[in-house]
Amino acid sequence: MTAPGDVERAPDERDTAPSAPWRRYAWLPGAAAVLIILGVSLAVWGPGMDFPTTISESRASTQGGGSVVLTETVRERTGETIDGAVDWLTEEGDWLFDGISDAVGRTLVSIEDVLKWVPWPAAIAALALLSFVVGRWRLTAFTTLTLLYIGFMGLWENAIDTIALMVVAVAIALALGLPLGVLGARSRIADGVMRPILDAMQTMPSFVYLLPGILFFGLGKPAGIFATVIYAVPPVIRLTNLGIRQVSPQAVEAALAFGSSPWQVLTKVQIPMAMPTIMAGINQTTLMALAMVTIASMVAAGGLGDDVLRALQKNQPGNGLIAGLAIVFLAIIIDRLTQSIASEQSDRRSAG
Amino acid sequence: MSPDRPQIEVQGLWKVFGDDPQRVFAPEHIDKSRAELQDQLGAVVGLRDVSLEVEPGQIYVVMGLSGSGKSTLARCLIRLVEPTRGAIRFGGEDILDYTSKELTEFRRSQIAMVFQHYGLLPHRRVIDNVAYGLEIQGVDEDTRYRAAHEAIETVGLGGWEDYYPREMSGGMQQRVGIARALAVDPEVLIMDEPFSGLDPLIRRRMQDELAALESQLHKTIVFITHDLNEAIKLGDRIAIMRDGAIVQEGTPEDIVNRPADDYVADFVQDVASMAELRGAPTAEAEAAR
Ligand SMILES: Nc1ncnc2c1ncn2[C@@H]1O[C@H](COP(=O)(O)OP(=O)(O)OP(=O)(O)O)[C@@H](O)[C@H]1O
Ligand SMILES: [Mg+2]
Repeated sequence: MTAPGDVERAPDERDTAPSAPWRRYAWLPGAAAVLIILGVSLAVWGPGMDFPTTISESRASTQGGGSVVLTETVRERTGETIDGAVDWLTEEGDWLFDGISDAVGRTLVSIEDVLKWVPWPAAIAALALLSFVVGRWRLTAFTTLTLLYIGFMGLWENAIDTIALMVVAVAIALALGLPLGVLGARSRIADGVMRPILDAMQTMPSFVYLLPGILFFGLGKPAGIFATVIYAVPPVIRLTNLGIRQVSPQAVEAALAFGSSPWQVLTKVQIPMAMPTIMAGINQTTLMALAMVTIASMVAAGGLGDDVLRALQKNQPGNGLIAGLAIVFLAIIIDRLTQSIASEQSDRRSAG
Repeated sequence: MSPDRPQIEVQGLWKVFGDDPQRVFAPEHIDKSRAELQDQLGAVVGLRDVSLEVEPGQIYVVMGLSGSGKSTLARCLIRLVEPTRGAIRFGGEDILDYTSKELTEFRRSQIAMVFQHYGLLPHRRVIDNVAYGLEIQGVDEDTRYRAAHEAIETVGLGGWEDYYPREMSGGMQQRVGIARALAVDPEVLIMDEPFSGLDPLIRRRMQDELAALESQLHKTIVFITHDLNEAIKLGDRIAIMRDGAIVQEGTPEDIVNRPADDYVADFVQDVASMAELRGAPTAEAEAAR
């Protein structure tokens, strides 16, 4: 059976087939060139050669009558340029960052207020019920016991702060990531632009994102949310993109044959059929957000990360372990809950 | 549409799959066989200079071996595959000139297709699969469910409305695909091997339903099949395809009594003569299987 879409494939394979024998020795001239460069460099500059990193040198006279040499390096120049750009951005974008900061702060406070207003026995009972509905006994027991642990260890309030941070960060990440994923699935160009950026984002050490967060928003929760959104958004983009690309071309073809508009194909066929994959992306994004929210306590975002950080600073391994376990428990509860909800949803249907 | 015009008119239709389809039309290549073109240019000729006319209310049967281009022809008729060359006119209008908006409108209002691969939507219940065509036209739920119910009854699947496709057998899924096309009540039906997965009994029932649909509602139907008995029973005209081209086209009598070449003769060898065929209905032949 053939589908439109796998039209042009065969010719490429043919092009690569006849590989000329000289190609196998193409590296020889290259190796010769390397040897020549080595010889010349050793002869002219000797071993242990330094990079010329200085751009400009100026002599300044000191009060004592002597003089010092002031040098500027490539790195300094580049760093200063970036600093300048960031300064400009923070000043010109002040109103924007302040606005975002305000909105995020207020949302966080209202979520925290509601969650802290609920008496803890009621909160635990509600989550236990949810666990029972989607995951039966084992999950129910796990949820109840771990939440009690968090409470009796005195970590309840901080856990709520962490969850509020995570919820807001995930909401923003999904609002950005889902449309970007759809865009990547539908446009080759968008996909080509996003792919390397996502690769870069995923290899970047997570705390690097804290820096621009502080610059734009100052110390505090908005900076933490900013870093968390950037850190957690790649999986939902990638898996939304992948899920839509994997939808069977036959289903799309049939939908088109009945006169579906592109929007109808997307909303009635591609997104529903990609849902299991998209849910996996949302799940990953949520867990990454939880991890990053903890690290974000380094920029005074608060939450359970604070407890870990304090334990580290005071060298109290016991305290660190207790708070660390609380984070792990939260992660497991969230993971199981979102996974069960996702699989419940796609139980009778299949991805075809 | 004026009555003296054919409903569907296909003229000089070519479909070439590959990187640079136009190369095939160079004078030094155009007469080469499909196998040669594939070898030398890496281009697969799906359709080669196909011309045909379907009158309103006819059942036009297309037959041919696997890979002869039947599905490609069906897809071209609704522009799921863009033809490389030629014209396709419905009631005088060339659908290849349609803008994407006009094409969407044409697909919604005039034509429906039954796919060889069914093409059901696995995340939707049977009733919502069948109602899909009406749903995207913006028909309200009551009306479209009523039409869908009726179509589901027609294909003998009453009671299965709330099941999902993967909970059904292949033959049942195929009938859901047929019901989906019937539900939109189109002027023209394109059916790509619609009965291939059905058992003989249901198959005969479906054939009778289709014949009734044609005679009572005057639907125009392009019907693709591998089964000569089915072709003779249903077809007003039959076209036989080979390597993307039509090798013979005519009434069932023409095809059986005067096969144009050995390829067609091979196709019809099971049928000794037209007289025998019309005298002894296909039911017997099928019951004997
Ligand atoms: N999207 C495509 N890309 C490349 N080649 C294609 C494509 N679709 C069809 N073809 C080729 O066109 C030829 C005709 O295919 P088609 O599906 O129309 O055959 P068919 O007559 O319907 O066969 P069957 O009876 O097996 O369904 C085949 O050789 C096939 O390889
Ligand atoms: Mg086919």
